[in-house]
Amino acid sequence: MMLENYVFYLFALVTIVSAFIVVFSKNIVHSAVALFFTLFSVSGFYVLLRADFIALTQILVYIGGILVLIIFGIMLTNKVTGAELKTRNLHFIPSVVVTGIITGMIIFLLLSTDWNPVKDPFSPNSTIKQIGFKLLGDYLLPFEIASVILLVALIGSAMYARKK
Amino acid sequence: MFTDVGLNHYLVVSGILFGLGLFALISRKNAILILMGIELILNACNINLIAFARYKANPIDGQVMAIFVIILAVCEAAIALAIIINIYKNFSTVDVDEVNTLRE
Repeated sequence: MMLENYVFYLFALVTIVSAFIVVFSKNIVHSAVALFFTLFSVSGFYVLLRADFIALTQILVYIGGILVLIIFGIMLTNKVTGAELKTRNLHFIPSVVVTGIITGMIIFLLLSTDWNPVKDPFSPNSTIKQIGFKLLGDYLLPFEIASVILLVALIGSAMYARKK
Repeated sequence: MFTDVGLNHYLVVSGILFGLGLFALISRKNAILILMGIELILNACNINLIAFARYKANPIDGQVMAIFVIILAVCEAAIALAIIINIYKNFSTVDVDEVNTLRE
């Protein structure tokens, strides 16, 4: 149990520091690399929460898919050699105030509510089989709709991004 | 502070992650960085879903919901990047302050 605590605090530190770099860095490529560390340590949280399949999906889809897509987007929309990679924050002080108030309210509400968690948390050996039965059982219709949405997104983004 | 890790710890981390994503959404000028802010918010939402799934009643249902959130994040990222590339073709910039007309 002690080791799990240390691992949690390590992942929490990495997540929050790299998310700060994503948000405050002047260079977009630095933001993208910091986003890699954020996503990776979030998948570490999923492992700590005994969600093995979600952790693997997080690495495959977010790091292998979305992050590569974002880096492609950066390379396609910036003059890489010039100063165009620099960007800045707009209305810095008002944004910090608004975000701080909203975040403080959310964390206050989360902490002041008694969620009444269960005494012995769920710790299975593997969740993949159960997730498979759920997806093809209770959640069959949302699963099929999600596949249609993926197809529509594929066709739509290819149509939008191609040359005229 | 360094107590045994429980539900509240995960909720605080996801709250901070949500706040940072919101800040990126509000104050960043580059459209791709706004997209990164959305990814941070979706990750915060997923941490919440899975933490509640583990410490409350029904663990597998929460994980299935997290899978659907990931699917929608993929679709959103793909389409948003296609739109951003189109904006760049038309306006030669992805600065959301410059892009304030519907046609060039």
